[in-house]
Amino acid sequence: MAIRTLEQENRRLKWTMLAPALIFIGVMIVFPILYTVYLSLTDAFGAVNADSSFVGLLNFTDSLSDMRRFWPAVGRTVVFTLAAVALELTLGLALAMLLRRPFRGMRWVRTIMMVPLLATPVAVGVLWLLILDPTTGIANTLLGFVGIPPQPFLGSIAQSLPTLVLIDVWQWTPMMTLLLLAGLSTLPTEPDEAALVDGASPWQRFRHVTLPMLTTTIITALVLRSVDALKTFDLIYATKGPGGGSSHEAETLNIYAYGLTFDYQEYGLAAAVLVVFTVIIVLIVLALRRRSSKAS
Amino acid sequence: MTVLSPNPTPTSAPSAGVRGHHRRRRTLNGLRLAGIALVSAVFAAPLIWMVLAAFKTNVQIGNPADAVVFTPTTQNFRNVVSEGVFLPAMLNSAIVGIVSTVLSALIAVPAAWAIGRFAMQRAGNWVLIARIIPAVSLLVPWYYLFARLEMVGGYTVLVLSHMFVSVPLITWIMIGFFSGLPAELEEAGRVDGLSAFGAFRRISLPLAAPGTATACVLALVFSWNNFMFALILSDESTKTLPVALFNFMSYASVDWGGLMAASTLMSVPVILAAVFGQRYLVAGLTAGATKG
Repeated sequence: MAIRTLEQENRRLKWTMLAPALIFIGVMIVFPILYTVYLSLTDAFGAVNADSSFVGLLNFTDSLSDMRRFWPAVGRTVVFTLAAVALELTLGLALAMLLRRPFRGMRWVRTIMMVPLLATPVAVGVLWLLILDPTTGIANTLLGFVGIPPQPFLGSIAQSLPTLVLIDVWQWTPMMTLLLLAGLSTLPTEPDEAALVDGASPWQRFRHVTLPMLTTTIITALVLRSVDALKTFDLIYATKGPGGGSSHEAETLNIYAYGLTFDYQEYGLAAAVLVVFTVIIVLIVLALRRRSSKAS
Repeated sequence: MTVLSPNPTPTSAPSAGVRGHHRRRRTLNGLRLAGIALVSAVFAAPLIWMVLAAFKTNVQIGNPADAVVFTPTTQNFRNVVSEGVFLPAMLNSAIVGIVSTVLSALIAVPAAWAIGRFAMQRAGNWVLIARIIPAVSLLVPWYYLFARLEMVGGYTVLVLSHMFVSVPLITWIMIGFFSGLPAELEEAGRVDGLSAFGAFRRISLPLAAPGTATACVLALVFSWNNFMFALILSDESTKTLPVALFNFMSYASVDWGGLMAASTLMSVPVILAAVFGQRYLVAGLTAGATKG
């Protein structure tokens, strides 16, 4: 009897404890999302208190048929995300294997790796603008030592996106490494030892023993990094400015939607783009999470 | 990997085989440490370059001959401080960061306790939504609504927008800590006459204090770094550090020394967080992440 009252008391308390967070999320997230969907169906434009009227799916057909800004932005978003995440996973995995066994100075290496991922993205952008400056930057000086001619980097249309990928790799590979190290530390050691006794080479042990056991961690890390890379804003805006540069050479979906809203005040159209963008992200996460639960 | 396959050397010459094995092992270990040193240098070098540039004149910054050996000057720091934009912006960042983190902790820690203690997966997923959807898609309706309410430019809107990041962050880190605590501890407290809330406050909460500290430091760092929200939702008097830095770059693009001094000042709290909270920060970042 006493147990039952404890249970009831627990049930009441857990909802009381959850309520403020759920109310916050409802007010700050769920309501705005619904409002975005509503805005996407109107021709809201200009001043925020201007009249707007219902236009149905016009904003969606407008953006989905826009070959000049919308689809190129989708393409850049996909290229940026795939390239950055693939490089970060490969390098992160190699680094995690390198750092796997304890060594003297481990703490310092981990601290050094924490700094890029905690550093302010705008400051990181400004710093790389200095390093990669086409005429005075140290990067071109260093390339000169190995006989490579000066590169324009962020100063050119062709190299902007690849350069942003490399900066993202510098900043976020440590995150991948730390996640994979955490995953590696939870793996049992017996299968690896058994393979060692069987005479497997280091590569065979990595490929056929460690990697399969690490699949769940890898997928989790991929979801996290992909979601963040898809949404990259600060770094691109800080280095390339509004519109992703004068020819929109670094304009991803996030930058495009931001510009539509706050530079052009096309609230209706921007909302439609954001609805499409959000649906894409949610679908990717759901697909990867399903893979992840299948793998585990 | 330095562990080698079993040595197949025949028993007739065991000593030579063992010695070769040890030598190879030592070489591999040396290579591994060299690799680690190289990787650390790659991650640290740009930040070291930033700090060095902060102590250089603009002429020295553009001159490869002054790359490492130069006469340092504190002029950039004095310019940044006396310029009258950075100190107020730093104060704004601190106010918004501290207030949003404290308020977030007040609502996120109890929620994490409920989710972790009672394995409420679905409530947890609702909190996770905030991690997934693009912040811009919220910024549009926020701006639209807050502008109509004439609240844009005030601290309230900035604090609320930063809480959008820190509430899910703190919740997800803390779920891991609370679900790791044995329920028996609270039950024992209940038997001794504590109320349900009393058991949370006197037993679970103190045990989760290190986790809470980690989560709050991370939330502070994320708030300190946040650029997009303040870019839109702040005004001249409430703008935060990243916005001040960005504006500074837009109309002073040649003053690299000043920009690097400002970036260095801005990074000091972050680097301190990384150095002192290193052990807990790794756990914190990964706890929120691997459970996602």
